[in-house]
Amino acid sequence: MKLHQIAHSRAGDKGNTSTLSLIPYDAKDYEFLCKAITVERVKEHLKDIVSGEIVRYELPTISSLLFVCQDALLTGVTTSLAIDTHGKALSYALLEMVID
Amino acid sequence: MKNKIRIGCGAGFSGDRLEPAIILAEQGNLDYLVLECLAERTIALAQKRKRADATKGYDPLLERRIEGLLPILAKNNIRLITNMGAANPIEGAKKIVEIAQKQGISVKVAAVIGDELSDKLVAISDEISKFNNEDFAIALITHHSSLNTPPSSLNTPPSSLISANAYMGVEGILEALRSDAQIIITGRVADPSLFLAPMIHEFGWATDNYNLLGQGTIVGHLLECAGQITGGYFADPITKPVTNLDTLGHPFADVFADGSAIISKVAGTGGVVNLATVKEQLLYEVVNPHAYLTPDVSANFTTVHLEEIGDNQVKVWGGTGQEKPSTLKVSVGYQAGFLGEGEISYAGANALARAQLAGDTLEKRLKADFPDLRTDYVGVSAIHRTDFNHHLEPYEVRLRLAANAATAQKAAIIGEEVEALYTNGPAGGGGARKYVTELVGIVSVLVNRKKVSPEVILF
Repeated sequence: MKLHQIAHSRAGDKGNTSTLSLIPYDAKDYEFLCKAITVERVKEHLKDIVSGEIVRYELPTISSLLFVCQDALLTGVTTSLAIDTHGKALSYALLEMVID
Repeated sequence: MKNKIRIGCGAGFSGDRLEPAIILAEQGNLDYLVLECLAERTIALAQKRKRADATKGYDPLLERRIEGLLPILAKNNIRLITNMGAANPIEGAKKIVEIAQKQGISVKVAAVIGDELSDKLVAISDEISKFNNEDFAIALITHHSSLNTPPSSLNTPPSSLISANAYMGVEGILEALRSDAQIIITGRVADPSLFLAPMIHEFGWATDNYNLLGQGTIVGHLLECAGQITGGYFADPITKPVTNLDTLGHPFADVFADGSAIISKVAGTGGVVNLATVKEQLLYEVVNPHAYLTPDVSANFTTVHLEEIGDNQVKVWGGTGQEKPSTLKVSVGYQAGFLGEGEISYAGANALARAQLAGDTLEKRLKADFPDLRTDYVGVSAIHRTDFNHHLEPYEVRLRLAANAATAQKAAIIGEEVEALYTNGPAGGGGARKYVTELVGIVSVLVNRKKVSPEVILF
C-alpha cells in the first residue's frame, strides 16, 4: 500500500525549504502515521530531493503531521534550474512512500 | 462595535481569476473584500517596471480588477483592502481614483506606504541582520551603496540589487481604516495582516492581545490563498474529487469578536469547503506551527480546532499567539542573470534511449561552459528528480536542458544547441522550443522594526 491511499498532502515553499503536510483521510489513522512516518523514513524516501534537515511537527488537534524539509528546492523558486521551481509537486513525492 | 464581520478573499495571487471576486462582492454580503496579489518575486518585478516608468509599478491587473469591482463595492458598501500597490501604492491609488471618475463613482482611496527601504538601506545597514543563514543577502546590501542605479542592460553582471521591501504589519492599514477611505491599497504587507487589520479595527482588539491576534492571523492565513481553501489546488479525481472547478468560488469568513470564524463560500459556486481543504491550507507554507511569525504576532497553529458545522462551513477556533518579533523580514530582490532553456520531444520505439543520447550529446558539448547544466527527461523523472524505481518505459519523453548565464546572449546558447539537434542529433526529435528568461532572485534579511514606519496618504 502507498501513503496516498490513506493520506493527502500539500507542499509549500519558503526560500529553499519545502513544507509537506500529511493529513489522513480518516483521523483514526493519525496515530498510525505518527508511529510509521518518522523523520528517518521520510529522509530515506526523499533522499534524492531533500539534502538538508527534516523536522516533523505533530498537530494532534487537527490530526495532521507537517514535515519541514531544508535544502529541498535547488536554491529556491527564483533561481532553481528545475521545472517545478516551487517544488509544488513534491506533495505527491511524499505520498509515493510504500507503507505496510 | 460589531460582534461579527464578513471578510472575503477574491484573489490569492497576482494572476488569479477575476470573476470570483466579482461574485463575492455581488452575492457574498461582505463587509470587507481582500485581494492578495503580491508574492515575494512579484514586488521585485514591479520595482523594475517602476524604474522604467515612474507611473507604473503597481499590479499589472489593477485596472481590470478595479474596473469590474468598483461599481459593486460602491453599491454594496464594501471596503476593499489590497496589496496591489506593489512597488507603487501611490500611483495605484491615483489610478483607482481615475477609474472611479470615469465611472462616475465617488470613492476615497488610502495608499499605505513605508515598506520600501531602497533609499535608506545604507543609513540603516547597522540595523540589518541575517535571516536564516543567508550571508549572501547581507553581502548584497553591504556591497551596494545605493539602489538608485540606472535600469539594467542585457550585460548587467549578476547579483546587483533591484529592491528591498520590509513586510509591514497592520499599523498602516489600521490608520487607513480609521479614515473614511473605502479602498486601501498597500505595498509589501504580510498577507495575514490584510485580514487581521479589519478584525482589530471592528472589534477593538488590543494590539498586544496576542491570543486574539494569533487566532485572527490564522483566519487570515486560511483565506489568503483564496481558491486553495475552497477545493482549488486540492482536487484529485481519484482520492479527493471536487465538483465544478470551472466555477470555483473563493472563500469568505464570518469572524466573531472572540476571533472564532466560520469559513465558507458563496452558494452555487463550484468547489468545496470541508475539514480536509481547511487542514491542507492551514499547514501550507508553515515552517514552524508553534511560532508562525508575522509583523503582528507569533501565531501558534498547534492549538487550533476545526469542526465541520454544515455544508461548506468549517468553524475555526482556539488559535493562540505570543509577542510579535522585534525585527521585520525584508525581501531583497537582485539581478540573478539569465536562464537559458531548450526542449525537444521523442516518441515511439526507443524514445527514452534517443532522448538520453540527445541529452548525453549536449552535455558533452556544453558542460565546460555551463558547469551547472541541468538535464531533465520530462515524463520520467523531471518533476520529482527520481521515479522512485518505477522504471516504466514511457511512450514519449521530452528532453529539457537548462543553465544559468551572466548574459542573455550566453543563455541563448542552451536553446540553440537543443534546436540544432534537428539535423545533428538522434532520429525523430520534434517540437524543439527555446527560451531565455531574465532572473530576479529573492533573498531575505531582518531589520529592526523601529526603522520601518508606515505612512498613509489619502486620495
